[in-house]
Amino acid sequence: MSAVGKTYPPVTYAVGREKIREYAHAVGETQPLHLDLDAARAAGHRDLVAPPMFVVVYAAQAFATAIVDPELELDFARMVHGAQEFAWGPLVVAGDEITTELEVADIADRGGVGFFTFTSRSENQDGERVSTGTWTCIVRGE
Amino acid sequence: MSMDEVPELRVTPDRYVTVRYAGASGDFNPIHIDEEFARSVGLPGRILHGLWTMAQVARAQTEAAGGPDRLQRLAVQFRGMGVLEEEVVVTSKVREVADGVATVDAEARQGDTRIVRRGVAEVKTAQPSSSGNG
Repeated sequence: MSAVGKTYPPVTYAVGREKIREYAHAVGETQPLHLDLDAARAAGHRDLVAPPMFVVVYAAQAFATAIVDPELELDFARMVHGAQEFAWGPLVVAGDEITTELEVADIADRGGVGFFTFTSRSENQDGERVSTGTWTCIVRGE
Repeated sequence: MSMDEVPELRVTPDRYVTVRYAGASGDFNPIHIDEEFARSVGLPGRILHGLWTMAQVARAQTEAAGGPDRLQRLAVQFRGMGVLEEEVVVTSKVREVADGVATVDAEARQGDTRIVRRGVAEVKTAQPSSSGNG
């Protein structure tokens, strides 16, 4: 389909120390690197370290922008999250600014069920790729 | 850490975990936080965020491997529906270890319901040459 390959304007997210703590508590992280600033610094990090799955926080706006794109005609009300993949690079720490670009990777219709696949590419302020995501949404038929 | 084995991770989501996760993640889809709405669309009640459950699968790997920098890749499929106040069990099996990276098959269950299936993680097993400069 025509929208495959479409990209959206990059979104930059400033990673906050308390946001990392809030996220870490919400998913039950107990490792001091995510919660205790002294422990994170003692381990050689500049600030609190984000858990890998914190990618859903800094990439959320880019993803949200895409799924409501009218060109995709993605029926949000019948959408479920089908699959997810992330590959990680250098760790993200509080104070980083992460810029995420989202691309429509694939759109397919299999027996009336729509499969929308997006790719996210996130880089830190130094241009290092901190994560690549593959987001698969399934839209049930009428 | 040899990564021959990844211990089971067991966690019971309390009745407000989806509210905290909605705030933390920004995913305020009402099927996760509004009991009445969830029932109105045919669900048994509020359900867990799939990405919260995926975070438990990730946590099982990072805790076994000794830190967040060890997890290189994680792919999952979401199936079934995760519910509140029922224990989630993440099981992981090391499929192979090659070039300092373990490939791990993982899934998350609640009772007999698999809520994350076909999870595949790639986890660094060798000590990193530096402890990171983040």
